Amino acid sequence: MSHSYCNISNKPKVLEIVIYTDFLLRTYNLIILKRRDFINKATLSSFATLIGADIIFGSNLLEGYTPVAIQNPDPFKLFNKHKDMIVLNDKPWNIEAQAHLLDDKITPNSCMFIRNNGLVPEGIDAKKWTLTIDGESVKKNKTYTLAELKSKFKQYTYQLTIECGGNGRSEFNPTAKGNQWTVGAVHCASWTGVRLRDVLNDAGIKKNAVYIGFHGVDVHLSQDPTKEPISRGCPMQKALQDETLLAFKMNGEDIPLIHGYPLRLVAGGWPASVSGKWVNRISIRDKVHDGTKMTGDAYRIPCNPVAPGEKVKDKDMCIIESMPVKSLITYPKSGAIIKEGRSLNIRGHAWAGELEVAKMEYSIDFGSTWKSCTIEKPSNRLAWQHFNASVSFPKKGYYEIWAKATDTNEKAQPMLLPGWNPKGYLNNACHRIAVKVN
Amino acid sequence: MSKEEGYKKLIKKVILLIFVLFSLFLLTGGLIVYYTINPSFFNNNTESNITINIPIDEDEDRIENGIHLRTGLIDDEGLMTVVNNCTNCHSSKLIIQNRMTTERWNTTIKWMQETQNLWDLGKNQEVIVNYLVTNYPPKDIGRRAPLQNINWYELKE
Repeated sequence: MSHSYCNISNKPKVLEIVIYTDFLLRTYNLIILKRRDFINKATLSSFATLIGADIIFGSNLLEGYTPVAIQNPDPFKLFNKHKDMIVLNDKPWNIEAQAHLLDDKITPNSCMFIRNNGLVPEGIDAKKWTLTIDGESVKKNKTYTLAELKSKFKQYTYQLTIECGGNGRSEFNPTAKGNQWTVGAVHCASWTGVRLRDVLNDAGIKKNAVYIGFHGVDVHLSQDPTKEPISRGCPMQKALQDETLLAFKMNGEDIPLIHGYPLRLVAGGWPASVSGKWVNRISIRDKVHDGTKMTGDAYRIPCNPVAPGEKVKDKDMCIIESMPVKSLITYPKSGAIIKEGRSLNIRGHAWAGELEVAKMEYSIDFGSTWKSCTIEKPSNRLAWQHFNASVSFPKKGYYEIWAKATDTNEKAQPMLLPGWNPKGYLNNACHRIAVKVN
Repeated sequence: MSKEEGYKKLIKKVILLIFVLFSLFLLTGGLIVYYTINPSFFNNNTESNITINIPIDEDEDRIENGIHLRTGLIDDEGLMTVVNNCTNCHSSKLIIQNRMTTERWNTTIKWMQETQNLWDLGKNQEVIVNYLVTNYPPKDIGRRAPLQNINWYELKE
């Protein structure tokens, strides 16, 4: 496998600047800085020269963090992922599961999707990690070490469903821009941390607080240190919920680097982009947070329905909040061939954003008739719910099993694609698997 | 006389000392200059610090079966302009996944210039967009496409 990021492009001017900067940097380092430091920076800058001058800002990168720009080309080993995970993008890393990989009740790391807007930070030292609470609506700026967060506040563990807002994007027509997620950008792991509410209250929330916005240490794709790859947030109401955590553990262990080590937000039921990774600062805002990917088409949909492909004015776009009702058949894997007369046990999970799933059904005749599944209660609010059913087939042939969940507001999953939107968010159409009876 | 000789000896010693110091100075200076130019010379471990995957292919822009191997992009007019301008910040995988019209590609380029530090593409913009819409044209997939790429297997329970 070769690498697109080792591209030596013809940008002589930039190259010249880099070589010049490189020289100055080396001389400066030689005189002023310690040798070890020097080698790091010299490596970075010679590296910039090699790959064609893209790390112009190399010397300005956040102290202690170097981007994983050139990294182990095998993401499965790098991130301990199952071999059947699908790599959609390797710069930035975006990897999704397939439905059958999500069969566990609590998703293991190996089958959790990866969504990145920027480059993964490196060289994180949890012992030195701090979280700062600031913003217009904080009573007093306050900074906590990770150890302080863990000792000062009560810890909670919840199973929380996190789904990428763009999960299912690949089915929209006209096509929607971005990573073409199919069904696997969702997981429900067990998260341990402190309540965001407790920390915000400790710092003090002013009465005019409207929103929180997170900041992390991931690096912008252009390596520009003045730009954040993503800085989203949620209204105070969501920020203050019991289940909204500042998490440091996932499935009982330290959160893996790719999932936000050593500290991340977890806001179940909302687009995964609200659950910021590598978080070191949270701003309490007196207005809707205006960080990167809070504006434009990002994580926003037309406030009123539009025709497929229609242009939507910026002022007519609304921020996505709770995710819609949805479900996945995780067993069997699509493509099962069974013998005639045998019944088939199916199972999977269903979730409904802020709500609960009230009813779960399946169809083997493309929605003509529906039969009910057994559905469990969630282990806690915002956790996905497990369903199962025993399916019989009337005769030989090709079948599709369709799954349909209905939430407590009586909204069910559509069989066709829901309303088109410019970035292809919120596709909660029924999941389908193929079965042949011989 | 003995006093004068002693004085001469002292002078000689001083000159020698100055000479030695000057040589040392030159040597150090030389080393510093060399170090500036080639810092890795003094560090045997540098190799392990710099792990860069340079494609081993002699021709890193090798094309096989109409595909540019390094990026997976289709070989056609404008390929290298796309490679050189569009795969620096993000992977070519992002390009191949997306199918858009000329208008939407132009909007996307504008967005990248406004938010992602993409440079002014000048005349290349037309070349790039033409390449994209020719080789990765939008597909009409209807309101719901049939299930595709089904891997059939015997289910044993």
